[in-house]
Amino acid sequence: MITDILTAVAVVAAVGIICAVLLALASHFMSVKSDERVGSIRECLPGANCGACGYTGCDSYAKAIVEEGAKTNLCVPGATAVAEKVAAILGVEADAVESRTAFVHCNGHNGAAEEKAIYEGIKSCKSECLIYGGSKACIYACVGCGDCASVCPKNAICVEDGVARINKKLCIGCGLCVKTCPKGIISLIPTDAKAIVICSNKEKGAVVRKECTNGCIACKKCEKTCPSDAIHVENDLAVIDYGKCISCGKCAEVCPVGCILFPKEK
Amino acid sequence: MDTFRNLIIILMSSVLVNNYVLSRFLGICPFLGVSKKLDQATGMGVSVIFVMLVATAATWPIQHFVLDELGLGYMQTIVFILVIAALVQFIEIVLKKYIPSLHASLGVYLPLITTNCAVLGVTINNITDGYNFIESLVSSLGAGLGFLLAMVLFSGVRSRIENCDAPECFKGLPVTLIAASIVSLAFFGFAGVVDGLFA
Repeated sequence: MITDILTAVAVVAAVGIICAVLLALASHFMSVKSDERVGSIRECLPGANCGACGYTGCDSYAKAIVEEGAKTNLCVPGATAVAEKVAAILGVEADAVESRTAFVHCNGHNGAAEEKAIYEGIKSCKSECLIYGGSKACIYACVGCGDCASVCPKNAICVEDGVARINKKLCIGCGLCVKTCPKGIISLIPTDAKAIVICSNKEKGAVVRKECTNGCIACKKCEKTCPSDAIHVENDLAVIDYGKCISCGKCAEVCPVGCILFPKEK
Repeated sequence: MDTFRNLIIILMSSVLVNNYVLSRFLGICPFLGVSKKLDQATGMGVSVIFVMLVATAATWPIQHFVLDELGLGYMQTIVFILVIAALVQFIEIVLKKYIPSLHASLGVYLPLITTNCAVLGVTINNITDGYNFIESLVSSLGAGLGFLLAMVLFSGVRSRIENCDAPECFKGLPVTLIAASIVSLAFFGFAGVVDGLFA
Protein backbone atom coordinates (compact mmCIF):
# COMPACT_ATOMS: atom_id res chain seq x y z
CA MET A 1 0.00 0.00 0.00
CA ILE A 2 2.61 2.48 1.15
CA THR A 3 5.00 1.40 -1.61
CA ASP A 4 2.24 1.99 -4.21
CA ILE A 5 1.78 5.56 -3.02
CA LEU A 6 5.51 6.10 -2.85
CA THR A 7 6.12 4.81 -6.40
CA ALA A 8 3.31 7.07 -7.71
CA VAL A 9 4.76 10.09 -5.95
CA ALA A 10 8.27 9.20 -7.05
CA VAL A 11 7.29 8.75 -10.70
CA VAL A 12 5.32 11.99 -10.89
CA ALA A 13 8.10 13.83 -9.06
CA ALA A 14 10.66 12.34 -11.43
CA VAL A 15 8.65 13.37 -14.48
CA GLY A 16 8.25 16.84 -13.00
CA ILE A 17 11.93 17.18 -12.22
CA ILE A 18 12.96 15.96 -15.67
CA CYS A 19 10.60 18.49 -17.29
CA ALA A 20 11.82 21.26 -14.99
CA VAL A 21 15.49 20.57 -15.70
CA LEU A 22 14.80 20.36 -19.43
CA LEU A 23 12.96 23.69 -19.40
CA ALA A 24 15.57 25.36 -17.24
CA LEU A 25 18.35 24.20 -19.55
CA ALA A 26 16.35 25.23 -22.63
CA SER A 27 15.60 28.67 -21.33
CA HIS A 28 19.25 29.09 -20.33
CA PHE A 29 20.83 27.97 -23.58
CA MET A 30 18.20 29.09 -26.01
CA SER A 31 17.09 32.36 -24.48
CA VAL A 32 16.54 35.24 -26.85
CA LYS A 33 17.55 38.65 -25.62
CA SER A 34 14.60 40.98 -25.81
CA ASP A 35 14.84 44.73 -25.72
CA GLU A 36 14.11 45.77 -22.14
CA ARG A 37 12.55 49.00 -23.35
CA VAL A 38 9.62 46.97 -24.67
CA GLY A 39 8.78 45.87 -21.14
CA SER A 40 9.07 49.30 -19.61
CA ILE A 41 6.99 50.89 -22.36
CA ARG A 42 4.38 48.18 -21.93
CA GLU A 43 4.13 49.11 -18.25
CA CYS A 44 3.39 52.73 -19.15
CA LEU A 45 0.55 51.81 -21.48
CA PRO A 46 -2.92 51.55 -19.94
CA GLY A 47 -3.30 47.86 -20.76
CA ALA A 48 -6.83 48.27 -22.06
CA ASN A 49 -5.90 46.48 -25.31
CA CYS A 50 -8.46 48.68 -27.05
CA GLY A 51 -6.69 48.72 -30.42
CA ALA A 52 -7.17 52.46 -30.93
CA CYS A 53 -3.46 52.72 -31.78
CA GLY A 54 -3.95 50.47 -34.79
CA TYR A 55 -2.06 47.51 -33.29
CA THR A 56 -3.63 44.38 -31.85
CA GLY A 57 -3.00 45.33 -28.25
CA CYS A 58 -0.74 47.14 -25.81
CA ASP A 59 1.93 44.40 -26.11
CA SER A 60 2.22 44.66 -29.85
CA TYR A 61 2.08 48.47 -29.75
CA ALA A 62 4.98 48.55 -27.25
CA LYS A 63 6.90 46.21 -29.52
CA ALA A 64 6.12 48.32 -32.57
CA ILE A 65 7.37 51.48 -30.87
CA VAL A 66 10.77 49.96 -30.15
CA GLU A 67 11.28 47.73 -33.18
CA GLU A 68 9.45 49.48 -35.99
CA GLY A 69 9.74 53.04 -34.73
CA ALA A 70 6.00 53.53 -34.43
CA LYS A 71 4.82 56.92 -33.25
CA THR A 72 4.68 57.46 -29.51
CA ASN A 73 1.41 59.39 -29.58
CA LEU A 74 -0.99 56.73 -30.86
CA CYS A 75 -2.45 55.69 -27.51
CA VAL A 76 -5.85 57.38 -27.29
CA PRO A 77 -6.97 56.30 -23.78
CA GLY A 78 -3.56 57.16 -22.30
CA ALA A 79 -3.50 60.55 -24.03
CA THR A 80 -0.63 62.96 -23.59
CA ALA A 81 0.47 61.61 -20.19
CA VAL A 82 1.32 58.19 -21.63
CA ALA A 83 2.85 59.69 -24.76
CA GLU A 84 5.22 61.73 -22.58
CA LYS A 85 6.27 58.73 -20.47
CA VAL A 86 6.89 56.61 -23.56
CA ALA A 87 8.89 59.38 -25.18
CA ALA A 88 10.95 59.75 -21.99
CA ILE A 89 11.88 56.06 -22.09
CA LEU A 90 12.95 56.31 -25.70
CA GLY A 91 14.65 59.64 -25.09
CA VAL A 92 12.81 61.42 -27.88
CA GLU A 93 10.61 64.49 -27.98
CA ALA A 94 6.99 63.81 -27.06
CA ASP A 95 4.39 64.43 -29.76
CA ALA A 96 0.98 65.60 -28.68
CA VAL A 97 -1.81 63.07 -29.04
CA GLU A 98 -3.87 63.90 -32.08
CA SER A 99 -7.14 65.22 -30.76
CA ARG A 100 -10.29 64.29 -32.57
CA THR A 101 -13.81 65.64 -32.59
CA ALA A 102 -17.05 64.08 -33.73
CA PHE A 103 -18.78 65.31 -36.86
CA VAL A 104 -22.24 64.63 -38.30
CA HIS A 105 -21.82 63.92 -41.99
CA CYS A 106 -25.21 65.17 -43.15
CA ASN A 107 -26.49 68.49 -44.38
CA GLY A 108 -30.02 67.35 -45.19
CA HIS A 109 -31.75 70.02 -43.14
CA ASN A 110 -35.43 70.73 -43.50
CA GLY A 111 -35.89 72.23 -46.94
CA ALA A 112 -32.87 70.56 -48.50
CA ALA A 113 -33.85 66.95 -47.91
CA GLU A 114 -37.03 65.58 -49.43
CA GLU A 115 -39.56 64.17 -46.99
CA LYS A 116 -41.12 60.85 -47.84
CA ALA A 117 -43.42 60.63 -44.83
CA ILE A 118 -44.32 62.37 -41.63
CA TYR A 119 -43.16 60.63 -38.49
CA GLU A 120 -45.25 61.01 -35.38
CA GLY A 121 -43.90 58.25 -33.14
CA ILE A 122 -41.58 58.24 -30.15
CA LYS A 123 -38.97 60.96 -30.44
CA SER A 124 -35.98 58.69 -30.86
CA CYS A 125 -33.74 58.17 -33.88
CA LYS A 126 -33.64 54.45 -33.19
CA SER A 127 -37.39 53.99 -33.41
CA GLU A 128 -37.83 56.38 -36.34
CA CYS A 129 -35.19 54.52 -38.33
CA LEU A 130 -37.10 51.28 -37.86
CA ILE A 131 -39.89 52.61 -40.08
CA TYR A 132 -38.58 52.73 -43.65
CA GLY A 133 -35.34 54.32 -42.43
CA GLY A 134 -36.91 57.52 -41.16
CA SER A 135 -39.05 60.30 -42.58
CA LYS A 136 -36.49 61.72 -44.97
CA ALA A 137 -36.22 60.31 -48.48
CA CYS A 138 -32.48 59.79 -48.11
CA ILE A 139 -31.85 56.73 -45.95
CA TYR A 140 -28.41 58.10 -45.00
CA ALA A 141 -29.89 61.32 -43.65
CA CYS A 142 -29.82 62.45 -40.05
CA VAL A 143 -33.38 61.95 -38.77
CA GLY A 144 -32.83 64.70 -36.22
CA CYS A 145 -34.38 63.18 -33.12
CA GLY A 146 -31.25 63.78 -31.10
CA ASP A 147 -30.26 60.36 -29.74
CA CYS A 148 -26.68 61.57 -30.03
CA ALA A 149 -27.48 64.76 -28.10
CA SER A 150 -28.92 62.75 -25.22
CA VAL A 151 -25.78 60.61 -24.80
CA CYS A 152 -23.29 63.46 -25.16
CA PRO A 153 -21.60 63.96 -21.77
CA LYS A 154 -20.65 67.55 -22.61
CA ASN A 155 -23.96 68.70 -24.12
CA ALA A 156 -22.03 69.52 -27.26
CA ILE A 157 -24.75 68.35 -29.66
CA CYS A 158 -27.97 70.09 -30.54
CA VAL A 159 -30.46 69.53 -33.35
CA GLU A 160 -30.76 72.49 -35.68
CA ASP A 161 -33.30 72.52 -38.47
CA GLY A 162 -33.69 68.75 -38.44
CA VAL A 163 -30.01 67.85 -38.40
CA ALA A 164 -27.74 67.21 -35.41
CA ARG A 165 -24.82 69.62 -35.13
CA ILE A 166 -21.80 69.22 -32.88
CA ASN A 167 -20.11 72.12 -31.14
CA LYS A 168 -16.44 71.58 -31.91
CA LYS A 169 -15.28 73.59 -28.91
CA LEU A 170 -17.21 71.44 -26.42
CA CYS A 171 -16.58 68.06 -28.05
CA ILE A 172 -14.00 65.89 -26.25
CA GLY A 173 -13.87 63.17 -28.88
CA CYS A 174 -15.22 60.39 -26.65
CA GLY A 175 -17.09 58.78 -29.55
CA LEU A 176 -20.29 57.94 -27.64
CA CYS A 177 -22.42 59.64 -30.31
CA VAL A 178 -20.59 57.69 -33.02
CA LYS A 179 -21.71 54.45 -31.40
CA THR A 180 -25.23 55.69 -30.73
CA CYS A 181 -26.16 57.03 -34.18
CA PRO A 182 -28.38 54.37 -35.81
CA LYS A 183 -27.45 55.66 -39.27
CA GLY A 184 -23.72 55.56 -38.55
CA ILE A 185 -23.18 59.01 -40.05
CA ILE A 186 -21.16 60.48 -37.15
CA SER A 187 -17.42 59.91 -37.25
CA LEU A 188 -14.36 61.12 -35.36
CA ILE A 189 -12.16 63.41 -37.46
CA PRO A 190 -8.98 65.30 -36.58
CA THR A 191 -9.81 68.49 -34.69
CA ASP A 192 -7.69 70.56 -37.05
CA ALA A 193 -9.34 69.08 -40.17
CA LYS A 194 -10.42 71.89 -42.49
CA ALA A 195 -12.16 70.18 -45.40
CA ILE A 196 -15.04 67.94 -44.33
CA VAL A 197 -17.46 65.99 -46.53
CA ILE A 198 -20.87 66.81 -45.11
CA CYS A 199 -22.86 63.99 -46.71
CA SER A 200 -23.08 60.22 -46.22
CA ASN A 201 -25.21 59.24 -49.20
CA LYS A 202 -23.79 56.27 -51.08
CA GLU A 203 -26.37 56.31 -53.91
CA LYS A 204 -25.66 57.24 -57.53
CA GLY A 205 -25.84 60.93 -58.42
CA ALA A 206 -29.28 60.80 -60.06
CA VAL A 207 -30.86 59.17 -57.01
CA VAL A 208 -29.20 61.66 -54.67
CA ARG A 209 -30.55 64.56 -56.71
CA LYS A 210 -34.11 63.38 -56.11
CA GLU A 211 -33.54 62.94 -52.37
CA CYS A 212 -31.59 66.00 -51.29
CA THR A 213 -30.20 69.18 -52.79
CA ASN A 214 -27.10 69.07 -50.59
CA GLY A 215 -26.04 65.48 -51.27
CA CYS A 216 -22.80 64.22 -52.78
CA ILE A 217 -23.54 63.26 -56.39
CA ALA A 218 -20.19 61.51 -56.89
CA CYS A 219 -19.14 63.75 -59.80
CA LYS A 220 -15.47 63.24 -58.84
CA LYS A 221 -14.61 66.90 -59.43
CA CYS A 222 -12.98 67.04 -56.00
CA GLU A 223 -10.95 63.92 -56.76
CA LYS A 224 -9.61 65.47 -59.96
CA THR A 225 -8.88 68.83 -58.34
CA CYS A 226 -7.14 67.61 -55.21
CA PRO A 227 -3.40 68.35 -55.49
CA SER A 228 -2.41 65.87 -52.79
CA ASP A 229 -4.52 62.82 -53.79
CA ALA A 230 -6.35 63.04 -50.46
CA ILE A 231 -9.98 62.90 -51.56
CA HIS A 232 -11.51 59.95 -53.36
CA VAL A 233 -15.01 58.97 -54.39
CA GLU A 234 -15.65 55.55 -52.87
CA ASN A 235 -19.07 53.92 -53.26
CA ASP A 236 -20.38 57.11 -54.84
CA LEU A 237 -19.37 59.21 -51.86
CA ALA A 238 -16.37 61.52 -51.46
CA VAL A 239 -14.04 60.47 -48.64
CA ILE A 240 -11.10 62.50 -47.35
CA ASP A 241 -7.87 60.88 -46.19
CA TYR A 242 -6.71 63.26 -43.46
CA GLY A 243 -3.22 61.78 -43.55
CA LYS A 244 -2.80 63.38 -46.98
CA CYS A 245 -5.09 66.44 -46.82
CA ILE A 246 -3.15 69.71 -46.94
CA SER A 247 -6.20 71.87 -46.18
CA CYS A 248 -5.99 73.84 -49.42
CA GLY A 249 -9.76 74.05 -49.81
CA LYS A 250 -9.80 73.47 -53.56
CA CYS A 251 -12.22 70.56 -53.31
CA ALA A 252 -14.74 72.76 -51.51
CA GLU A 253 -14.47 75.39 -54.27
CA VAL A 254 -15.23 73.00 -57.13
CA CYS A 255 -17.97 70.98 -55.41
CA PRO A 256 -21.15 71.76 -57.41
CA VAL A 257 -23.51 70.85 -54.55
CA GLY A 258 -21.48 72.37 -51.76
CA CYS A 259 -21.22 69.16 -49.77
CA ILE A 260 -17.61 69.79 -48.81
CA LEU A 261 -17.30 72.11 -45.86
CA PHE A 262 -14.31 74.44 -45.73
CA PRO A 263 -14.51 77.25 -43.20
CA LYS A 264 -12.87 80.43 -44.51
CA GLU A 265 -10.18 82.06 -42.38
CA LYS A 266 -11.60 84.69 -40.13
CA MET B 1 -3.08 -3.13 -47.26
CA ASP B 2 -5.30 -3.89 -44.32
CA THR B 3 -3.21 -1.73 -42.00
CA PHE B 4 -3.34 1.12 -44.48
CA ARG B 5 -7.13 0.80 -44.75
CA ASN B 6 -7.32 0.71 -40.97
CA LEU B 7 -5.28 3.92 -40.72
CA ILE B 8 -7.52 5.69 -43.24
CA ILE B 9 -10.59 4.66 -41.26
CA ILE B 10 -9.01 5.99 -38.04
CA LEU B 11 -8.13 9.26 -39.78
CA MET B 12 -11.53 9.81 -41.34
CA SER B 13 -13.44 8.86 -38.23
CA SER B 14 -11.47 11.25 -36.04
CA VAL B 15 -11.88 14.07 -38.58
CA LEU B 16 -15.58 13.66 -39.28
CA VAL B 17 -17.45 11.21 -37.06
CA ASN B 18 -15.71 11.73 -33.72
CA ASN B 19 -14.81 15.34 -34.37
CA TYR B 20 -13.29 16.51 -31.11
CA VAL B 21 -15.05 19.85 -31.05
CA LEU B 22 -18.39 19.12 -32.62
CA SER B 23 -19.08 15.55 -31.48
CA ARG B 24 -17.04 15.10 -28.31
CA PHE B 25 -17.29 18.72 -27.18
CA LEU B 26 -13.65 19.04 -26.18
CA GLY B 27 -11.66 22.20 -26.80
CA ILE B 28 -14.75 24.39 -26.81
CA CYS B 29 -13.02 27.46 -25.36
CA PRO B 30 -10.60 28.07 -28.26
CA PHE B 31 -13.43 27.04 -30.60
CA LEU B 32 -15.56 29.92 -29.31
CA GLY B 33 -12.70 32.24 -28.42
CA VAL B 34 -10.55 32.31 -31.55
CA SER B 35 -13.08 31.56 -34.28
CA LYS B 36 -14.03 35.17 -34.93
CA LYS B 37 -11.71 35.62 -37.88
CA LEU B 38 -10.65 33.12 -40.51
CA ASP B 39 -6.90 33.77 -40.27
CA GLN B 40 -6.88 33.44 -36.47
CA ALA B 41 -8.97 30.28 -36.69
CA THR B 42 -6.56 28.77 -39.22
CA GLY B 43 -3.53 29.73 -37.09
CA MET B 44 -5.06 28.13 -34.03
CA GLY B 45 -6.05 25.02 -35.98
CA VAL B 46 -2.57 24.51 -37.41
CA SER B 47 -1.00 25.01 -33.96
CA VAL B 48 -3.37 22.44 -32.47
CA ILE B 49 -2.48 19.86 -35.15
CA PHE B 50 1.19 20.40 -34.38
CA VAL B 51 0.82 20.19 -30.61
CA MET B 52 -1.47 17.15 -30.78
CA LEU B 53 1.07 15.24 -32.87
CA VAL B 54 3.99 16.13 -30.61
CA ALA B 55 2.00 15.45 -27.45
CA THR B 56 0.96 12.02 -28.71
CA ALA B 57 4.51 11.19 -29.72
CA ALA B 58 5.61 12.02 -26.17
CA THR B 59 2.77 10.56 -24.11
CA TRP B 60 2.34 7.20 -25.85
CA PRO B 61 5.83 5.96 -24.89
CA ILE B 62 5.41 7.31 -21.37
CA GLN B 63 2.16 5.42 -20.94
CA HIS B 64 3.49 2.14 -22.32
CA PHE B 65 7.06 2.12 -21.07
CA VAL B 66 6.73 3.94 -17.75
CA LEU B 67 3.21 3.99 -16.35
CA ASP B 68 2.07 0.53 -17.51
CA GLU B 69 5.34 -1.08 -16.43
CA LEU B 70 4.96 0.32 -12.91
CA GLY B 71 1.20 -0.29 -12.76
CA LEU B 72 0.49 3.42 -12.46
CA GLY B 73 -2.13 3.67 -15.24
CA TYR B 74 -4.37 5.68 -12.93
CA MET B 75 -1.80 8.51 -12.78
CA GLN B 76 -2.27 8.99 -16.54
CA THR B 77 -4.16 12.30 -16.41
CA ILE B 78 -1.79 14.07 -14.03
CA VAL B 79 1.38 12.87 -15.76
CA PHE B 80 -0.01 13.76 -19.19
CA ILE B 81 -0.96 17.28 -18.12
CA LEU B 82 2.52 17.75 -16.69
CA VAL B 83 4.25 16.42 -19.79
CA ILE B 84 2.10 18.32 -22.30
CA ALA B 85 2.48 21.62 -20.46
CA ALA B 86 6.25 21.26 -20.23
CA LEU B 87 6.44 20.12 -23.84
CA VAL B 88 4.50 23.08 -25.20
CA GLN B 89 6.67 25.43 -23.16
CA PHE B 90 9.78 23.71 -24.52
CA ILE B 91 8.54 23.96 -28.11
CA GLU B 92 7.86 27.65 -27.61
CA ILE B 93 11.42 28.27 -26.40
CA VAL B 94 12.88 26.29 -29.30
CA LEU B 95 10.71 28.08 -31.87
CA LYS B 96 11.57 31.47 -30.44
CA LYS B 97 15.24 30.73 -30.81
CA TYR B 98 15.43 28.94 -34.16
CA ILE B 99 12.29 29.75 -36.18
CA PRO B 100 11.22 33.27 -35.06
CA SER B 101 8.81 33.66 -38.00
CA LEU B 102 6.90 30.53 -37.01
CA HIS B 103 7.01 31.66 -33.38
CA ALA B 104 5.50 34.99 -34.36
CA SER B 105 2.58 33.32 -36.11
CA LEU B 106 2.00 30.48 -33.63
CA GLY B 107 3.26 32.35 -30.57
CA VAL B 108 -0.08 33.72 -29.45
CA TYR B 109 -1.79 30.35 -29.68
CA LEU B 110 0.80 28.04 -28.15
CA PRO B 111 0.24 29.10 -24.50
CA LEU B 112 -3.51 28.81 -25.07
CA ILE B 113 -3.08 25.21 -26.18
CA THR B 114 -1.05 24.22 -23.11
CA THR B 115 -4.18 23.60 -21.10
CA ASN B 116 -6.45 22.71 -24.01
CA CYS B 117 -8.64 19.75 -23.10
CA ALA B 118 -8.80 18.57 -26.72
CA VAL B 119 -5.05 17.85 -26.66
CA LEU B 120 -5.29 15.96 -23.37
CA GLY B 121 -8.42 14.20 -24.66
CA VAL B 122 -6.66 12.98 -27.80
CA THR B 123 -3.70 11.56 -25.90
CA ILE B 124 -5.89 9.78 -23.38
CA ASN B 125 -8.33 8.48 -25.99
CA ASN B 126 -5.43 7.06 -28.00
CA ILE B 127 -4.50 4.96 -24.97
CA THR B 128 -8.05 3.87 -24.09
CA ASP B 129 -8.79 2.93 -27.70
CA GLY B 130 -5.74 0.66 -27.60
CA TYR B 131 -4.02 2.17 -30.64
CA ASN B 132 -0.40 1.35 -31.40
CA PHE B 133 2.13 4.16 -31.90
CA ILE B 134 1.46 4.76 -35.62
CA GLU B 135 -2.31 4.53 -35.16
CA SER B 136 -2.08 7.02 -32.30
CA LEU B 137 -0.22 9.50 -34.47
CA VAL B 138 -2.75 9.12 -37.30
CA SER B 139 -5.63 9.53 -34.88
CA SER B 140 -4.02 12.73 -33.47
CA LEU B 141 -3.49 14.08 -36.97
CA GLY B 142 -7.16 13.39 -37.69
CA ALA B 143 -8.25 15.05 -34.46
CA GLY B 144 -6.16 18.10 -35.31
CA LEU B 145 -7.50 18.26 -38.86
CA GLY B 146 -11.03 17.91 -37.49
CA PHE B 147 -10.37 20.78 -35.09
CA LEU B 148 -9.06 22.91 -37.97
CA LEU B 149 -12.09 22.00 -40.09
CA ALA B 150 -14.49 22.90 -37.28
CA MET B 151 -12.68 26.20 -36.62
CA VAL B 152 -12.64 27.22 -40.28
CA LEU B 153 -16.28 26.25 -40.88
CA PHE B 154 -17.42 28.01 -37.74
CA SER B 155 -15.46 31.18 -38.44
CA GLY B 156 -17.47 31.40 -41.68
CA VAL B 157 -20.73 30.87 -39.81
CA ARG B 158 -19.71 33.49 -37.27
CA SER B 159 -18.91 36.15 -39.83
CA ARG B 160 -22.49 35.73 -41.09
CA ILE B 161 -23.87 35.95 -37.55
CA GLU B 162 -21.94 39.17 -36.84
CA ASN B 163 -23.88 40.91 -39.60
CA CYS B 164 -27.34 39.56 -38.88
CA ASP B 165 -29.88 41.38 -36.80
CA ALA B 166 -30.40 39.06 -33.84
CA PRO B 167 -32.81 39.96 -31.04
CA GLU B 168 -31.09 42.01 -28.34
CA CYS B 169 -31.16 39.24 -25.74
CA PHE B 170 -29.51 36.79 -28.17
CA LYS B 171 -26.71 39.05 -29.30
CA GLY B 172 -23.13 37.93 -28.71
CA LEU B 173 -22.50 34.60 -27.05
CA PRO B 174 -26.06 33.14 -26.98
CA VAL B 175 -26.55 33.26 -30.73
CA THR B 176 -23.00 31.95 -31.22
CA LEU B 177 -23.74 28.98 -28.97
CA ILE B 178 -26.95 28.24 -30.86
CA ALA B 179 -25.08 28.37 -34.15
CA ALA B 180 -22.40 26.07 -32.73
CA SER B 181 -25.05 23.55 -31.69
CA ILE B 182 -26.57 23.60 -35.19
CA VAL B 183 -23.15 23.05 -36.80
CA SER B 184 -22.62 20.22 -34.32
CA LEU B 185 -25.97 18.67 -35.30
CA ALA B 186 -24.90 18.85 -38.93
CA PHE B 187 -21.78 16.85 -38.06
CA PHE B 188 -23.90 14.07 -36.59
CA GLY B 189 -24.89 13.42 -40.19
CA PHE B 190 -21.43 11.90 -40.67
CA ALA B 191 -22.10 9.09 -38.18
CA GLY B 192 -22.08 5.85 -40.14
CA VAL B 193 -20.53 7.42 -43.22
CA VAL B 194 -17.05 6.09 -42.53
CA ASP B 195 -18.16 2.46 -42.05
CA GLY B 196 -20.05 2.72 -45.32
CA LEU B 197 -17.05 4.18 -47.19
CA PHE B 198 -14.87 1.10 -46.77
CA ALA B 199 -17.48 -1.62 -46.46
